Order: sequence, then structure tokens, then C-alpha cells
Amino acid sequence: MSLSDFLQRAMSRWMRDGGPDDDIVISSRIRVARNIQGYPFPILQTDSHATEVIQLVEQAMSTMSVNQLGNYEMVRCRDLSPLDRQVLVEKHLISPDLAQQDKHGAVVLRDDELVSIMVNEEDHIRIQCILPGMRLKESWQLATSIDDALESKLTYAFHEKYGYLTACPTNVGTGIRASVMMHLPGLALSGSIQRLLSAVSQVGLAVRGIYGEGSESYGNLFQVSNQITLGETEEEIIDNLQSVVAQLIGHERNAREQLLQRNRVQLEDRVSRSFGILAYARRMDSRETLERLSDVRLGIDLGIIQGVSAGILKELMISTQPAFLQKYFNRELSASERDIRRAALIRERLRQDDTEVHG
Amino acid sequence: MLCERCHERAATVHVTKIVNGEKTGYHLCEQCAKEQGEIMNPFIAGNAFDFNKLLSGLLNMESSPGYTPTQVNQLRCSTCGMTYNQFTQLGRFGCPDCYDNFASRLEPLLRRIQTGNSHSGKVPTKSGEKIQQQRRLEALRRELQKAVAEENFERAAELRDEIRTLEQNAGE
Ligand SMILES: [Zn+2]
Ligand SMILES: [Zn+2]
Repeated sequence: MSLSDFLQRAMSRWMRDGGPDDDIVISSRIRVARNIQGYPFPILQTDSHATEVIQLVEQAMSTMSVNQLGNYEMVRCRDLSPLDRQVLVEKHLISPDLAQQDKHGAVVLRDDELVSIMVNEEDHIRIQCILPGMRLKESWQLATSIDDALESKLTYAFHEKYGYLTACPTNVGTGIRASVMMHLPGLALSGSIQRLLSAVSQVGLAVRGIYGEGSESYGNLFQVSNQITLGETEEEIIDNLQSVVAQLIGHERNAREQLLQRNRVQLEDRVSRSFGILAYARRMDSRETLERLSDVRLGIDLGIIQGVSAGILKELMISTQPAFLQKYFNRELSASERDIRRAALIRERLRQDDTEVHG
Repeated sequence: MLCERCHERAATVHVTKIVNGEKTGYHLCEQCAKEQGEIMNPFIAGNAFDFNKLLSGLLNMESSPGYTPTQVNQLRCSTCGMTYNQFTQLGRFGCPDCYDNFASRLEPLLRRIQTGNSHSGKVPTKSGEKIQQQRRLEALRRELQKAVAEENFERAAELRDEIRTLEQNAGE
């Protein structure tokens, strides 16, 4: 299969499509946690509990009201190979925890992969909607309508005072986790990122790097999400997150503008070098890939690099990960073999675009 | 033992991670350890330790002959059997009833990790009928107070009737 065919088939819609403010906001995700009344949470589940929960969800998924909201398919984790499960993790469709639940776990996917429902992860049901760009409200609308449709068939564990009951009290109440994935190279280059992100964590939001070890974040990719789930409405939670993200977007745009004005040559040199390395290198590890991609995307956003699709960052940050590479090359690859194949995939992908570097 | 990630190769590496202030460890094969080091998963690092092992360890401890309960009236959920101690170690409740059964300890915990201690968001259509009615009543009562304060007695009378009907329905 050619690379473009493979990517065409392998990319979820959130990776291909654009959206509002998508020069900075990669995706908007809503995750809603629900549990079924009368069953222990997955942590205490027996095999038969797990199967019953899966059957209940499957029945609820087959109702008219759910089918009006798209075409869904359910698969048990045990029926997926470890590699296929890892691909779903790399596409952000399931969590690593669910990938390990090969006995009790299941996942429901909508055909466009904008919606995934994890079954028997930490909670019985976790509805996840992920849309490209800054579209939290739309994402919530989608999640809540699927939630309503499921609830017409299921009786949720709900408490008059505490709201939707979840296995972990950090999710109780609304059960909602809203998160926005952001690319913030301007703030990182200008050195103000740590100060801003710690300010964000002061207002009840969590910030973390998407990729990386410890406090390091590769590729300037960050996820901002709510921590509070009880005591505020879903709308308040989303509005709060949205207003903070809007401020971050403003700061990032300013930082980029300042960089262009004050350090234009250095900036052009940096993004062009990164482009050159991506286009010609023969070995690329994950970390360097993300860092170079971040530079190139910044170059595209600022008009320094032309002819390369802006989606390159999203596309390659997912498709150069270990399971994806092994899927594409159709065999198991050691870490050093992956570096060679990763470089080859990136070169091939970049050749598809008609590139020009301006200076 | 087998690697906890791929379940295929022998675990030779012990990885410790601190997640939400809790130290957790797991056993990985060399390859998986490398892969995990190479790239962090795109989700918040979950507590990847083996719950079953931990739980069974706890249960074994309680049933072993030398075990004496440190607290005589230790808090326990009568539905699923989880004790409050187990909850504090796992960070997860065992079943929905745990919330009521641990209510006395839950309140201070919720105050620490949440902004409020009562839900004000979405309510399910089926099981939430009562709450929806309560919220409607509260809203009507607030509106009534406002109408009275504004000396809009016509509106106040309407509201009073509406509240009475709702209260009667609730009483039935
Ligand atoms: Zn392994
Ligand atoms: Zn319980």
C-alpha cells in the first residue's frame, strides 16, 4: 500500500481536518464518565460482571436514538492484537489503561473516529469526543447527546448530592474532563511558557506535556484540562477552560509576532534547518521528530515555509509512533530499526507536498 | 513474571512512577521499558499497577491468621466489601454505594479535591426526575421572592399556584 493510501485510511478525522484557531489548537476533547447502577466498578469486577456490562452497553448502542448519531462498532480488547490496541492508544482513541484490559475491556468506535466509548476502563463507560481545532462546545454537544441516547436504555449510578458516581472521586459530579491540545512554540522559544503554565494551574486547570518524560515536553505540545468535576456545571467548566485557552492563544500569537520582529533571521534559520533535517535525515528518533515538526509547523504558520500542508504536525506526530510504524511496515521493528523507518516515512511524506522555503 | 505491558516477554525492569503523589511501580520487559521511555502515552499517565494483585494482597493480609484489625469498627462498604483503608490505597471506590457508606470520610476529601460538595450540572432523565423537580421548585421559589419584592402580585399568585401544584405532585 502506498503511504498516502495508508495515511488516508489510518488517520482519524481529527487528525485530517482543520478547525477554529487550528494554528495553535490541535484538538478539543470531551470525556464523560458514567457507571451503570447495580454493578461494582471495574476495579472489583468479576468476569461475568464485565461481560454483562459490555452486553448492556452493546444493547444500548443498538437503539435507534444511538444509531441516529452515527455508525458504531464495538470490539472487545481481547479480540484486538496488542499492536492494534497500541495503534488505538497512539491515535488517542483509547487510554493505555484500556489497552491493558485485555480481559474485561471493550471499545466502541464511530466510523469517523470522532467518537470512542471505552467500556470497563476505570469506569464502566467513558464517552470521548475529539474534534479538530477549538471546538469544546461542539464536542460537549456531541458527547451529551450520545450520553442521553445511552441513558434511555441504561440506568446510571447517580446520586442526588454527588451527581454521576465514578470509581475515582476526582471525576464525581459531572464526570466531565474537557481538554484542549495546544501547540505553543512561540511561548516556548520566548521563554515565558513555564510562567504562563504555572499561572494556568493556579486556576483549577491541569497542564501537561503530551509527549515527553517528566517535566520535559517534546514538540511544544501541551494539554490543558479541567480538574474540578463537582460543584460546577458542565457549561461553567467548559467556559472556564475556554477563556483560559483563549488567553493562551493570544499570548502565543503575540510571542510569534515578537519573534518575527526581533529575531526574524534566527527564526527562519531554525525552521528551515529543521525542515532540511526532516526532508533528508536517515535516522530520526521520536523526540527529534516532534521537535523538528514543531519548528516546521511554526514555519508554515508564519509563512516561512510554503507548500507543506499545515496538517503535517498532527499527521506525522501520530504516524511516526512505534505501533503505527510497525503497522505501516507490517513487521515488528526494534527501536533502532524504527528510527531508520521513521526517517524514511517522513522523507516520503514530505515529498508528496510541493515545498518552497522562503527567506 | 511476564511483562505487564505486552504480556509476552519476561519482565526484567522495574519502573517506578509518581502519579498524583502516589508512587506506583510496574514490571516491564526491556523492550517495553525502552518504548515507554521513548515516548509517553498521550493520556494522563494512569495508575498502571496491577489492581488485582494489590487487592488480593490486601485481602490475603486480612484473612491471614496473624492479622488483627487495627481498628475495630473499620469503615467498610456493605455492598461491595471495600474498606476505607483499601480505598485510600487504591484511590478508587469499589461500587456506587461506597459514596454513601463512606460519606463521613468523603466530605473532607471532596472539599480538598473539588470546589463544592454537591453536583449542579447535568441530571439523567430517568433517575434524575426527582432532582429536576427540586431544581425547578427552587427556581420558582426564587422567582416568587423576586416578584413579591417587586410588588408584582399578579405574577406572585401565578407562581404560588405553580409551586403548590409541583409540591402536591412530589408528595404523591
Ligand atoms: Zn513487554
Ligand atoms: Zn462499595
